[in-house]
Amino acid sequence: MERIPILRMGKFLLVTIQIDLYDRLATNLEADLVQMVNKTGARGVLIDISALSIVDSFMGRILGNIGSMSKIMDAETVVVGMQPAVAITLIELGLELKGVHTALNVEKGMELLKTRIDAEDEEIIEEEDEAGTE
Amino acid sequence: MKLVLNKDVMSIEKEQDVVPFRNRVKEYAVKIGMSLVNQTKLITAASELVRNMLKYGGGGVTIIEVISQGRDNGIRLVFQDKGPGIKDISLAMKDGYSSGKSLGIGLPGAKRLVNEFDIKSTLGEGTTVSIIKWKNG
Amino acid sequence: MKTDIAKLLQKKKKQLLESWMTKQLSDAMLREDLMSNEELREQSNEFLDELLKAVATNHVEDINAPAYEQVKEVLSGISISRAKQGFSPRETGIYVFSLKEAIQQVLKEEISDDIQLLYQTTLSFNKLLDSLGVVTFETYIKGREEVIMRQTDEITEISTPVIQVWEGILALPIIGTLDSARTQVVMENLLQEIVETGSTIAILDISGVPAVDSLVAQHLIKTVAATRLMGAECIISGIRPEIAQTVVHLGIDLSNIVTKSSLASALKYAFGMLKLEVKKNHKEKTTE
Ligand SMILES: Nc1ncnc2c1ncn2[C@@H]1O[C@H](COP(=O)(O)OP(=O)(O)OP(=O)(O)O)[C@@H](O)[C@H]1O
Ligand SMILES: [Mg+2]
Repeated sequence: MERIPILRMGKFLLVTIQIDLYDRLATNLEADLVQMVNKTGARGVLIDISALSIVDSFMGRILGNIGSMSKIMDAETVVVGMQPAVAITLIELGLELKGVHTALNVEKGMELLKTRIDAEDEEIIEEEDEAGTE
Repeated sequence: MKLVLNKDVMSIEKEQDVVPFRNRVKEYAVKIGMSLVNQTKLITAASELVRNMLKYGGGGVTIIEVISQGRDNGIRLVFQDKGPGIKDISLAMKDGYSSGKSLGIGLPGAKRLVNEFDIKSTLGEGTTVSIIKWKNG
Repeated sequence: MKTDIAKLLQKKKKQLLESWMTKQLSDAMLREDLMSNEELREQSNEFLDELLKAVATNHVEDINAPAYEQVKEVLSGISISRAKQGFSPRETGIYVFSLKEAIQQVLKEEISDDIQLLYQTTLSFNKLLDSLGVVTFETYIKGREEVIMRQTDEITEISTPVIQVWEGILALPIIGTLDSARTQVVMENLLQEIVETGSTIAILDISGVPAVDSLVAQHLIKTVAATRLMGAECIISGIRPEIAQTVVHLGIDLSNIVTKSSLASALKYAFGMLKLEVKKNHKEKTTE
């Protein structure tokens, strides 16, 4: 069965959607990604949708699901490269893409993930420090 | 008065039919010179309606028409199914209402994305939704 | 009988054209700056040709007859181009109506012996040319409308400039009312520019927007939301006290949006987001 490839890059997973997906492909992607996050302990998921010419409520829901599911497994999701026409349409349709971050392109998406994860890790270290001094 | 300049019929039976249908709609929209944003709105609305047709109506037939009115050109899409029909249309048109545990934005969202929206449904007989997007609308 | 008249006019075509030209040229308001006499003569000649061809088919009064398609097309073309070139309605109208006079004159000279026929024919031609006059006005107005539409488009384009004020920061001053058509243009320009420049912050300055009602607020909220979907942040600046008042009175919730009173403070905030600092140079002057 056809599947969308998921690339592993250190602590992150990268998915580039290159074609307009039919539903089964999108549902598979959701399942595969969640599996991968679990297997690799990835801290971030980056989904590049710059080649998508439309995002309807179905695709929007899949993206949202990926975000929420990853979050529960302690990974942040960034959707990058949304086309202007797609963004305008999504707003009119009434879809907000809650649960995912957005960035202009893969590079900026990576930066965003790094700063978020670093910030989280620092908090943990600080907490540990405090615990140690007591 | 609306003149039909071109007409195409496609039947939708399985989810693999959705992407080819969207592509066909796009071809026509490009042919009449519709702007990219309007194309995207039209195709997104079409995607919502064709999905409803599959999910709730058990598939059906779509009609793609190039129409003209005065000096404006546009695309009319009709989605016809012989499914169970909709009991309460005004409820189905509400943002957030879904009988299928979904977001419930397909129908109201599609309406916001196009210039004209018409829905008719008879219980036990089926549902017909017709939308128009004008080239410059 | 009618064909005889058609033949007659065909024979007298040269005289007809001359007399028509004289009438057109004698109009004091003729715009020689917009069209040369040669052009006018050529245009008139072409139209006359088509008209006489159509008249020869025996349908003098009925301009809906297929024979008149070509006549109407030529005339519409002339009227539309006149509208676009800036001719006045009067100038455009005189074009057809002076032909009426010229035809009457020829008829009067040529069939003066049969009053009945002269009356009938004159009546038919009057009716024909009046109908053509209507065609002229219809198409003239259509031409003007096209001009207006094009100008409206241009104005919307011009009135929504997107300026890159710093690397990564765009500013978009909005001047005038923000209706839904305008919002569409603003959004499209802004998002396109965000992609092209890779900017992560956009400042929407509304100090030039006369009033913010709930509809305008809706449009602003949508623009901000679309910007965020793309992965950029959108700040709204230029919130005057009156606007703050109406927004609150109308119960509009802008709490999810970063708002600033002036473009300067929005810029400062944007610098902060990008971790940039603007410093005064305290270096001592060395030229003394
Ligand atoms: N073709 C149809 N035949 C029968 N019922 C329909 C049809 N289309 C829509 N409905 C009914 O109308 C409801 C609302 O449709 P709508 O598309 O707005 O939401 P949804 O499909 O449930 O969710 P979403 O589109 O957001 O995934 C559906 O849940 C369904 O009950
Ligand atoms: Mg739906």
